[in-house]
Amino acid sequence: MKREEIILGGFGGQGIILAGSIVGKAAAIFNGQNSTLTQDYGPEARGGACRAQVVVSDSPVSYPYVENPSVLVVMSQEAYEKYAAGAKQDVPLLIDEDLVKLKKDEKHPVFPIPATRFARELGREAVANIVMVGFLAAISSIVPAEAMKKSVLSSVPKGTEELNTKAFERGYNYGKEQLAAGKR
Amino acid sequence: MSSRKSLSGDFFITGDVACAEGAISAGCRFFAGYPITPATEIAERMSERQPEIGGTYIQMEDEIASMNAILGASWAGVKAMTATSGPGFSLMMENLGLGVMLETPCVLVNVQRAGPSTGLPTLAGQGDMMQARWGSHGHYSIIALCPDSPQEMYQLAIKAFDLSEKYRTPVLIMADEVVGHMSEKVTIPPPEEIKTLPRRKPAVPPEKYLPYVPDADLVPPMANAGEGYHFHVTGLTHDERGYPLMTAEAQDKLIRRLVNKIDKNQDDIIMLKEDWLDDAEVVVCSYGISARIGKFAVERARAEGIKAGMLRLITAWPFPENRIRQLSKKVKAFIVPEINCGQIALEVERCSSGRASTILVPHMGGGVHQPHTIIEAIRKALK
Repeated sequence: MKREEIILGGFGGQGIILAGSIVGKAAAIFNGQNSTLTQDYGPEARGGACRAQVVVSDSPVSYPYVENPSVLVVMSQEAYEKYAAGAKQDVPLLIDEDLVKLKKDEKHPVFPIPATRFARELGREAVANIVMVGFLAAISSIVPAEAMKKSVLSSVPKGTEELNTKAFERGYNYGKEQLAAGKR
Repeated sequence: MSSRKSLSGDFFITGDVACAEGAISAGCRFFAGYPITPATEIAERMSERQPEIGGTYIQMEDEIASMNAILGASWAGVKAMTATSGPGFSLMMENLGLGVMLETPCVLVNVQRAGPSTGLPTLAGQGDMMQARWGSHGHYSIIALCPDSPQEMYQLAIKAFDLSEKYRTPVLIMADEVVGHMSEKVTIPPPEEIKTLPRRKPAVPPEKYLPYVPDADLVPPMANAGEGYHFHVTGLTHDERGYPLMTAEAQDKLIRRLVNKIDKNQDDIIMLKEDWLDDAEVVVCSYGISARIGKFAVERARAEGIKAGMLRLITAWPFPENRIRQLSKKVKAFIVPEINCGQIALEVERCSSGRASTILVPHMGGGVHQPHTIIEAIRKALK
């Protein structure tokens, strides 16, 4: 049984849960895998810590929580401090580099992207999560990029497909460039 | 998603949304409720979908009124539902009893969060299981179903409506925050493949109709308001005409029937999911999200060579007494993980009557069990 686990963390309003839903949907609906998404959030409408846990497996998932993440995606300092330390050191850590200040002795392979800045350049900060989903699709092979892209398009509001496609591609291409350059 | 009456296909949706869609597939065309985390998404979905399909969505002033509204809608002949969580469930208790007394088909969903009181609004609990059984005053029997996935939220919503019509009773869906909020693939069949039970209408002409004369299975046929049949409903103890009759004899006859129509039909009502019970020496017995984690623990225990089995209660009430009694004769122990301090565990202990031990693995709420706590209980039970 191959089981992969992804943690996405940030604060309420960034679209963390939607990003998790896009990844889970990409696996379950567009790639024939089993997947679950569980979400944690506080009573606040915006601003509180929030986390999505996605499990992707080739057999049905009974425990829908992360035990040993295969990849971490963090879009806030709090999420970084909360989740990075608990994960094995070889687990890739994807961060929004403008929102997360790394510890000096950070051991994880770090993949930084200015996702929120890119989103702002594209015209709407709200698509930072989609930039991050594109970036994740480039860095991690848990769910194929094609399935991720289909999932983005089937999850975003009508009329925003073009913007979201651009956001996904911006993140995806940036990730591929980083990998090609051998950078972290 | 499109605005067809019943969706079909594969969706990656939350349990709450799946529950609303299951109700719609079952023919629910009336939803009255008051939003409350973690059940709000059911109301939200219904507020979008009911107007599309010619149904009614009403946001009520509170949960007391919500429960009453669905009783009224049901008497008008419409399949009706409400959804809530802990504090709202408490407010619905009085009129849940009215629904039982009037024998009114309807569905009440409780997406359980951690209590008591306001507790942890956004976090999981399973502390309302005994309230589901005994929360309204007086003695009665009830049906309560416990989905463990978004797919089952969909299917059990249909099943709940069927049972409510078949036995003329409110049916409870006792979900929990995790199952309500988690997303997973949900397959919704094409509308022509979805079979639902219609209301049992009177077989006699209006002049011969007595609204509380039961059929052989103890359930009386139900005429809807406005169909030309006389009926009278009251929360007072009543006779077969539905008129108040306040004697011990009338009470004896009515309450025995209300209880027996569920208890004596329990083989038809109870649904269980059993895995690896054939050679099991220890059985994890649980429901909802705790059963999923229990199953994960059983899989791990099996990998260690431990003869563990899984008994998942899809129906919590009526409690599967007979199955627990049978199993208690051949297993050493039941492990009961639940997100409370021991509620269903009390029933397991009662039915196993000392033949097998019952080991509660409690969780106070606000999260779910760590699998290792259940695995350790399994190991310990066999020592």
